[in-house]
Amino acid sequence: MSTPLIELKNVTKIFGGKKDFTVALEDMTFAVQENFPKIITIAGESGSGKTTMGMLMLGFYQPTIGQVLFRGQPLSALDRATMFQYRREIQAIFQDPFAVYNPFYKVDNLLSIPIKNFKLAKSGAESRELMEEALERVGLRPEETLGRYPHQLSGGQRQRIAVARALLLKPKLLITDEPVSMVDASLRSTILKALRSLNRDFGVPIFYITHDLTTAYHISDYIIILYRGSVMEVGNVDTIIRNPQHPYTKLLVASIPWPNPDLPWGGAEDMIQKSQVAFKAITGCKFAPRCPYKFDICDTKAPELFMVEHDRAAACYLYRDHEVLSREELSRVFPEA
Amino acid sequence: MSATPLLQIKNLKVYYYVEQGAVKAVDDISFNMELGVKMGLVGESGSGKSTMALALMRMIKPPGKIVGGQMLLDGTDLIKLSEEQMRQIKLSRLAMIPQGAMNSLNPVMRIDKQLVDGMLDHNVIMTKEEREKRVGALLEMVDLAPKVAKMYPHELSGGMQQRVTVAQSISMEPDLIIADEPTSALDVVIQRQVMETINRLQQRLGLSVILIGHDMGLMAQTVDRLAVMYAGKLMEIGETRAMFRHPLHPYTELLIKSLPVLENKGVFSGIPGITPSLLNPPTGCVFHPRCPKAWDLCEKTTPPFTEVESGRWVACHLNTA
Repeated sequence: MSTPLIELKNVTKIFGGKKDFTVALEDMTFAVQENFPKIITIAGESGSGKTTMGMLMLGFYQPTIGQVLFRGQPLSALDRATMFQYRREIQAIFQDPFAVYNPFYKVDNLLSIPIKNFKLAKSGAESRELMEEALERVGLRPEETLGRYPHQLSGGQRQRIAVARALLLKPKLLITDEPVSMVDASLRSTILKALRSLNRDFGVPIFYITHDLTTAYHISDYIIILYRGSVMEVGNVDTIIRNPQHPYTKLLVASIPWPNPDLPWGGAEDMIQKSQVAFKAITGCKFAPRCPYKFDICDTKAPELFMVEHDRAAACYLYRDHEVLSREELSRVFPEA
Repeated sequence: MSATPLLQIKNLKVYYYVEQGAVKAVDDISFNMELGVKMGLVGESGSGKSTMALALMRMIKPPGKIVGGQMLLDGTDLIKLSEEQMRQIKLSRLAMIPQGAMNSLNPVMRIDKQLVDGMLDHNVIMTKEEREKRVGALLEMVDLAPKVAKMYPHELSGGMQQRVTVAQSISMEPDLIIADEPTSALDVVIQRQVMETINRLQQRLGLSVILIGHDMGLMAQTVDRLAVMYAGKLMEIGETRAMFRHPLHPYTELLIKSLPVLENKGVFSGIPGITPSLLNPPTGCVFHPRCPKAWDLCEKTTPPFTEVESGRWVACHLNTA
């Protein structure tokens, strides 16, 4: 196998000091190959470590233990040229469409600065052309967008400019952290559509970090479900959402508010009541304190990932009869279609 | 149905006066609500739904002003009441569950004290034992352990804090609770937990609840009736199930179509265009610039908000022409 584009190797991220600390992500190993044009969701509740995982891949956090590698080299040791390449090839879209803009500059800046930095255009006219093309691709009219200040545009428009920016740079990987959670319902699908065409038409792999399983189901191919820094279930998004196997995934899926009065919340009542357990260090399975299926072993030893089916695995002793999926091979459940 | 509805909103107008003119955040809205009903008020940001909530609580601050209409709670016009009379009604007849519990609880006051604070302010006389009993009962109603009484807000999770604000809101058993996006900051599981708590209390105490939000999924799961707001106006109101099955207003229809459901994976249909400025709303129907079914009449005349069948109101020329 070729060198992965980006790789997390036994990464653990701990926040806080000696006495009072939080393990945000625990022993995560995961690789993204180049030219793997799929959308992978990283889902979980607050505190699951999903944002931490994105921040580590973007190089904004340093791992406490382990390494993040870009094309085989640790991020911390990249030379100037490779760092430059890394910054261009890995792009991000963030949650808040307000915070990424400097209110004193026109929105053009978000597009023109990367063009300048990465020398994508030879002339002003060419730069303008690139910007217009990218904006049109995400369904914005350049004449209504360029030359404006952030406050003159809606959140949905601003978020689409961020997608246009990603489009412009044709990155090798796009990491999006809750890109639609602050956008109105009527505009969400427009942004998701733009992301999806970026993925399908330009073959850009996307990491879609979210707590919202409905949009995750719609946009992605694969899903990683995190709970308190550990992987609970991983694999094909359709099979997982339609037929969750890990008790935690069952709880999450049962709590999705589907916009259909004939499809009410149901099941998992026993787990709903138990979600008040205090946040403390857990030696065994992180979900054990809330789990109705708990065995004795769950309290003492965290389960491996077991291959429930050929395209998904769950970290739960309920499936201990199945083959173990080694942590190094997580991407085995992401077969290339 | 009973003779007078619990709540009657008649031609309510709330404007914000800014340098450029009047922002019509709530523009001529009328609806009725019966006792014991859960109603959802949905709208996108800037649709005026939160202004509506604040108006009901008489909490509109300058430059905002209630410029017209009536808000009748059991026949009493809330707009005409003095500040003091309104203060008496708040909590005892009409209470609010705020959006961010973390910002509405006092960080340096124990939960038990915060739970009875409102009651003491309304001159409810209680002995120490009665107070403790009341706190215990309130915590039990929202599924919180008795020990929470002696805790401070920071010792509680977001979901637990939000349940404390739910307990506060029911402390004087009001008739109507206005919940302004009570779960938008919470995870799905906690969201379901808080909503199920509110549902149970609603049934047990026979309250009416107005749930304000933008999440149609949550609405589908929790409310009996649904009111859809757009650009300061009501577009449609009716039974939730009927609205989802058969939306009458094109905006409602598009809004429902844009939602991701299990069956239509990978289908993304948004509503083209952007929400209009409320300073300078479009002429005629406010939705016409984005409406795929609009014709010339829509640009000229504002469609009246009419009852097309029992309990179902729509503001669209398609349903009146």
